[in-house]
Amino acid sequence: MKTVNRKTPSVDGKGIMLGRPAFTDDLADKGSLIIKVLRSPHAFARIKSIDVEKARKHPGVELVLTHRDVPRVAFTRAGQGYPEPSPHDKFVLDEYVRYVGDEVAVVAAIDETIAMEALDLIDIDYEVLDPVLDFEEAIDHESVIHPEDGIREMFPIGFEPKRNIAASYRMDFGDLDKAFSESDVIIEKTFHTQAQAHVMMEPHAVNARLDFQDRLVIISATQTPFHVRRILSQTLDIPIEKIRVIKPRVGGGFGGKQAIHGEMFAALVTMRTGKPSKLVYTRKEVFESTYTRHPMKLHVKLGATKEGALKAIDWHVLSNTGAYGEHALTVFMVAGSKVMPLYNKVDAGRFHGDVVYTNTTPAGAYRGYGAIQGNFALESAVDILCAELGMDPIAFREKNMMREGETSPVFEIMGEGTEGTAMTMETCKLDYCLSRGLELVDWKNIYPRKTLKDGKIRSVGMALAMQGSGIPYIDMGAATIKLNDAGFYNLTVGATDIGQGSDTVLAQIAAETLGVHINKVIVYSSDTDLTPFDTGAYASSTTYVSGNAVHRAALHMREMLIEEAAVVFGVDVESIDFDGATFTNKEDEKTITLEKLANRITYNEDQKQLTATSSYVGTKSPPPFMAGFIDILIDKETGEIEILDYVSVVDCGVPINPKLAQGQVEGGIVQGLGMALYEDVKRTKNGSLISHDLLNYKIPTNMDVKKLTTEFALSHEDSGPYGAKSVGEIGIDTPPAALANAIYNALGIRLTSLPFTPEKIIRALHEKEGEKTS
Amino acid sequence: MKVKLLINQRPRVVDVEPDEYLLDTLRRHDVLSVKRGCDAASCGVCTVLIDGKPTLSCSVLSARLEGKAITTVEGEREEVTRFYTYFGDEGADQCGFCNPGLALTAISMKRTFDNPSEDDIRRYIVANLCRCSGYVAQVRAIKRYLEESS
Repeated sequence: MKTVNRKTPSVDGKGIMLGRPAFTDDLADKGSLIIKVLRSPHAFARIKSIDVEKARKHPGVELVLTHRDVPRVAFTRAGQGYPEPSPHDKFVLDEYVRYVGDEVAVVAAIDETIAMEALDLIDIDYEVLDPVLDFEEAIDHESVIHPEDGIREMFPIGFEPKRNIAASYRMDFGDLDKAFSESDVIIEKTFHTQAQAHVMMEPHAVNARLDFQDRLVIISATQTPFHVRRILSQTLDIPIEKIRVIKPRVGGGFGGKQAIHGEMFAALVTMRTGKPSKLVYTRKEVFESTYTRHPMKLHVKLGATKEGALKAIDWHVLSNTGAYGEHALTVFMVAGSKVMPLYNKVDAGRFHGDVVYTNTTPAGAYRGYGAIQGNFALESAVDILCAELGMDPIAFREKNMMREGETSPVFEIMGEGTEGTAMTMETCKLDYCLSRGLELVDWKNIYPRKTLKDGKIRSVGMALAMQGSGIPYIDMGAATIKLNDAGFYNLTVGATDIGQGSDTVLAQIAAETLGVHINKVIVYSSDTDLTPFDTGAYASSTTYVSGNAVHRAALHMREMLIEEAAVVFGVDVESIDFDGATFTNKEDEKTITLEKLANRITYNEDQKQLTATSSYVGTKSPPPFMAGFIDILIDKETGEIEILDYVSVVDCGVPINPKLAQGQVEGGIVQGLGMALYEDVKRTKNGSLISHDLLNYKIPTNMDVKKLTTEFALSHEDSGPYGAKSVGEIGIDTPPAALANAIYNALGIRLTSLPFTPEKIIRALHEKEGEKTS
Repeated sequence: MKVKLLINQRPRVVDVEPDEYLLDTLRRHDVLSVKRGCDAASCGVCTVLIDGKPTLSCSVLSARLEGKAITTVEGEREEVTRFYTYFGDEGADQCGFCNPGLALTAISMKRTFDNPSEDDIRRYIVANLCRCSGYVAQVRAIKRYLEESS
């Protein structure tokens, strides 16, 4: 391998660092109208009347939109294939507002000051309704969050809006009663996970203009440009061929941009006024009105024999989707489908529950996508079970975990919103990940704890995890490779680089196959007019699904080039050797360079344009696996935790770009640690957000995590491009469970509600002391 | 009101509102490397150098900068390119939205400190938030840049 599995700086990194205009707001038309959104101050209300006359007359205001001015078409903002497993329960603007921050009216003005003044000139009479803020009380609550007509499910997802249920699901396999009756030890525990905010550094942004063909051009910081085009067309009744969506550089997404956000308003303003417009979210709007991670209550019951054979896993899960059911069912299912197969030797399993509406910020896609919630519950429960069994948690995992060549019935039963796909683990190096991680973290010398001279306690904890590589039979990626004169290539892909480096990784795959330096592959991505289709940057799909498409396109291009060389030499293609730079006629050792051949077919003889387009849709979703180990220091007096190291040993197949893959893992680990330690979306009792800025919502700084140890297992997934699986999400899954287990190992307290703040640790310690003395 | 600024070594007389922040002035004048990431002076992506010192451009009024030298990555092409060789080599960059601000902070550190420790580096860049990288690769890259490029 010359390019793949080697480090290569990002194709865009230097230009971005030098400040070249690259992000959405850098590319807005200078004369854009500024869009501002009036947002609900109430968690739940009906707009009795809304008077916008003063705002419309305010000098400099070009357009004011309320629910009376926009098409009433139910849609979902979720960008996830079509038809979506998310209910169509959202309107562009509505007479109901369902959370603090929900959209009431839209103003477009010639500058920001005037737009803000106009917002203040809108008079609204609200009928304030009783909100549902506690998701455990949502089902059959007196308040119905979606009482309106016209909302629907696209196919059966258990949608019962009159009961505040966005989706429900149930699966089981084996004989659960029998499996528990044969268990010597049974444990049950309820876990709570909180809402987490994405906090990508670039706030959501969009701009719109009409081009010289009178087509609508949307530039958007999105993870799903093709879904944006489709949803805009369907909802605003614009012919789809009249819309072009361009995704420029995007300043992080993590799932938060896997949806329509401001695009609907920018499209409307520009269509109605004929003028360019832009909408850049404030950080408060990002916190209040985009997405959070789905908070969940997970009840887990495990049964095992006294020899430590896990017999059954039984879960009931309640998930909070907030005001709209975006990604409601699929995130819920992933909490089971990408966690339960870790322990594939059970006789029986069940996973069931509901996803409910509340009057809070909508939950949506967020890296891990349910797996981090499920992983926290199951990997905590496994350590609880081991304590009951009196068995070493590592030995228990070695006995019960997934191994290479094995499968789980869960794969076939659970897909994402639909049935799944049976598959066998062609690559699963969990055994290596576990044993190597134990060495790296020095488990045997620290486990379970060491008390230091100053009274602080050092301890370790761990968890296993798996994710997926795209959604089989649904996620499709495509790539086109074009040969240019002088013999360099353009690679255009629908795949969506949101900062994770997919442009670089895909260019590496093309360069490797074509046998050229990566500089000879000019990559351009995610422009609905110019690039082929791709579902987008989600579900850990890009390296595996889009990467396979690129590999196929490059192989096709090679074949076409060899055919051209055969014509030059007047021989069969079998007689041609091609090393990427030179074609050799094996019969007489005569050669022609790629450069000469490209120039010949461009300018001189047999002139033609060579392009190769290929696409790929997975027939399985080979999971990346990892073992994560945390090494911490706890101060018993204050409850403070210092992270000494986080060891990750990851099986993602062959990492196409080891440094970028390491960045994916480490970025995920630190985001997961933020969720485990302190990140928490907090509201007042009226439902307004307290954590609406970076002072009240803390994300990790470099002082919080000083050491990360990250390694990759030697692994080769034959179905992936050059042996690769995906790696975008797996890093985030283990920190909550690993930390919970480390805290237990240090102090003997079992925390079941994230995040693990010092206050919770001290309270749990006091309760434990109280139990002892009473 | 008019204010005289030295933006990336070039004298400019710019018309500003009395309550306009430097971040908005710069972006209005097509200095687009300077980003807005928050509303509360707490993310660091708007960092510029004012007379060589890293400063949050979202929190200083342009009207108070008469005669000051404002430097962004557009004015530090050579040094930023040098810095990027280490940054790219360590795979420390992902989305890049925070990178211009971080690069300026690192360049300022190089000009201010002799032999900073890893802890010094962490403290100096602590206000430059990043949600992608996990920071460790950034610190490795900055350490090498400070040690090897002087």
